[in-house]
Amino acid sequence: MDGKSSLGTADTTAFRWRRRWAHWVLATVMLCAAAPAFGIPAFARKYNLRCSDCHEAWPKLNNFGQTFKDNGYQLMTGRDAPIYQQASYFPIMFRTIPVWHRESNNRALTDIIPQNSAGGQTESRITTSGFNISGLDIWAAGTLYKNISFAVQPALDNNGNFHLLTYFVRFDNLLDSRWLNLKVGKFELDTLISEERELFLTNTGGFYQNFHFTPIGVRTSFGLGDHQLGAELLGHSSNSYTRYSIAVLNSNDGQADTPTNTYDVYADFTQGFEIPKLGLQRVGVFGYVGERSTFSQTSSGAPIPGTGMGNRGFSRTGLYGLWYLGKFDLSTFYLHGQDNVFLGNGVRADQPFNLPPGAVGPTWNGGFVEAHYTYNPQLILLSKFETVQMSRQANAAARKDLGDVRVWTVGYRWYPIMSSRAGLAWHQEYSIARTVGTAPLTGRDDTSGSFLMGFDFDF
Amino acid sequence: MILKGSGVALTVLLSCSVFGFAQQSKIDKLTGNAKSGKALYVRYCITCHGPHGDGTGENAPHLDPKPRDFTKATFKCRSTPSGELPTDSDLYNTISRGIYNSAMPPWKPLTQQQRADLVAYIKTFSTRFQEEPPSASVVIPPEPARSADSVHRGAELFQSLNCWSCHGKEGRGNGPSALTLTDAKGYPILPFDLTRGSHFKCGGTSSDLFKDLTTGLDGTPMPSFSTALRPDQIWDVVHYIQTLNEESSRGFFHFVKSESRTHESRPQ
Repeated sequence: MDGKSSLGTADTTAFRWRRRWAHWVLATVMLCAAAPAFGIPAFARKYNLRCSDCHEAWPKLNNFGQTFKDNGYQLMTGRDAPIYQQASYFPIMFRTIPVWHRESNNRALTDIIPQNSAGGQTESRITTSGFNISGLDIWAAGTLYKNISFAVQPALDNNGNFHLLTYFVRFDNLLDSRWLNLKVGKFELDTLISEERELFLTNTGGFYQNFHFTPIGVRTSFGLGDHQLGAELLGHSSNSYTRYSIAVLNSNDGQADTPTNTYDVYADFTQGFEIPKLGLQRVGVFGYVGERSTFSQTSSGAPIPGTGMGNRGFSRTGLYGLWYLGKFDLSTFYLHGQDNVFLGNGVRADQPFNLPPGAVGPTWNGGFVEAHYTYNPQLILLSKFETVQMSRQANAAARKDLGDVRVWTVGYRWYPIMSSRAGLAWHQEYSIARTVGTAPLTGRDDTSGSFLMGFDFDF
Repeated sequence: MILKGSGVALTVLLSCSVFGFAQQSKIDKLTGNAKSGKALYVRYCITCHGPHGDGTGENAPHLDPKPRDFTKATFKCRSTPSGELPTDSDLYNTISRGIYNSAMPPWKPLTQQQRADLVAYIKTFSTRFQEEPPSASVVIPPEPARSADSVHRGAELFQSLNCWSCHGKEGRGNGPSALTLTDAKGYPILPFDLTRGSHFKCGGTSSDLFKDLTTGLDGTPMPSFSTALRPDQIWDVVHYIQTLNEESSRGFFHFVKSESRTHESRPQ
């Protein structure tokens, strides 16, 4: 009798949850490993500005860079339209990150006898290390005309597959007002704490858990950090201290060619204020309200895209702040998430009898504190603590803290080359993530560690 | 011995006080600090203006117009008479506003304190700020109502003062002298096209234009008319210049309008 078949029914269900959750985590990590984070030297070349003009430390934006972005990639110098550029100028940049990294997991599901799955399975520590690359990120972005901007962002992952992560056109300063800008296409949700411009790179720390967290058993395909398809209305004050955005988005987590007949809504509002001697401080609030189908019409048993039915809702709401104390700054983030009971239990909405006893919609709270010390524009020290805690499990039988996540990350980035043409950073980082109760066999805590060092370069 | 020591101490004290004065800026209630300004300068300004503030940063060869040479302490946008140093507020306003149609962007996204700190640091590049007393801003009298008569008088002055020789008969910056002009460092410089929008280099309000005509733009061929014209005549010229502005920027809708105009005027 192998280890797997010795589990009871309840344990088998728990095992299935854990395995499904592990798949989600794996998919998320893979997605995030391919997710880009940019400084855009194409803009530096266009405007003859160094990375440090727009970034605290690239890719993290400072307020000057944020205002530039809010203006539709325009400095508003009267020379923003492409007609003012040399004919040979092409607004494109490349980024890749050759690294050496070490990954470890203390509860990986392995065959007891290698190459022999019939011999049963166990949990083992797996450690791998070696050289790697991040793939290739390409950004083309700029202006088509005064007050009309665009971005196209294909990314080549390290398996050689292309993903079109971003493509949009933006009409800026409509009615001569910076409060009216319209963006249409696929884009990152507007927020000051951006996963695209995050400074961390490791597999466990290089993305925000809160942006992608899905409770165990939930089948809501959504991540705050995922690029979404839709239209966004946004506006800002002249120095971008006050900002808003409202977006209407497809209910399909940004998947192209899978139309939906329903829409999600996202809104974000930010206010900045100055404190003498300390600098600019920012607070923001956001909310995402969406729905997902729980089943589809089918043809020969296969779902027909765009025919989702039995939609049920979910929401993500939260607050964030950016706090500056001279060279030291903190980013704080809080999120409350909730999913409908059918989404939470992966059950069709027309089959409520399949819900487990006591099933409810799952809710959770999460957040992080990220600290940076910018010694000078060419050296920044980093740390982050992130947590997600379930407050209500979808399945009443599950332990209360099942799936809770805690991640600690530290690192630094040094930019020996920082010109108005290109940038090179040396990056070192260590991150450790602990997930409660998700070890595939024993249900103990699952711990993953990731160490990375490498060159991050942009041209 | 005591006297000698006192003398040294006094010299040091005076030096410190003079130097200390130059290391600061005052913009209304803000006091800028040069030490903080230096870090900001290195981050935001050094690529164009250079580590020594002489306008020879790594980008300078690619820029037109060239970055300002702070060591000369010659500034276009001032509220002070021609040839005098700008006030701290003048420098602060230039940083905040940027210089339209140049590589100098508006730095309003920086905090007020940061901009004040930058002013303090920029002043350290020239000893003039330590040696010369602070200049006073010119007085701008209240603007009279803009009328057809005022505009007409302004148009006549525009012709009689030979403004057209640089700015052109219609203010398009294409006068007969336009291509011969150079700035104080010998670089070619074009006269401003007065028909292009309302974004003048030193601000687009009526008061800004009055100030430009009164103080001139130091370092450029644009002279001061403070002695050639009375204040009411300067206002007349301001009113005339404002009629030359053909279009205000209307973003996307302006684009559509101007594009359709272009298509309509295209020969079939």
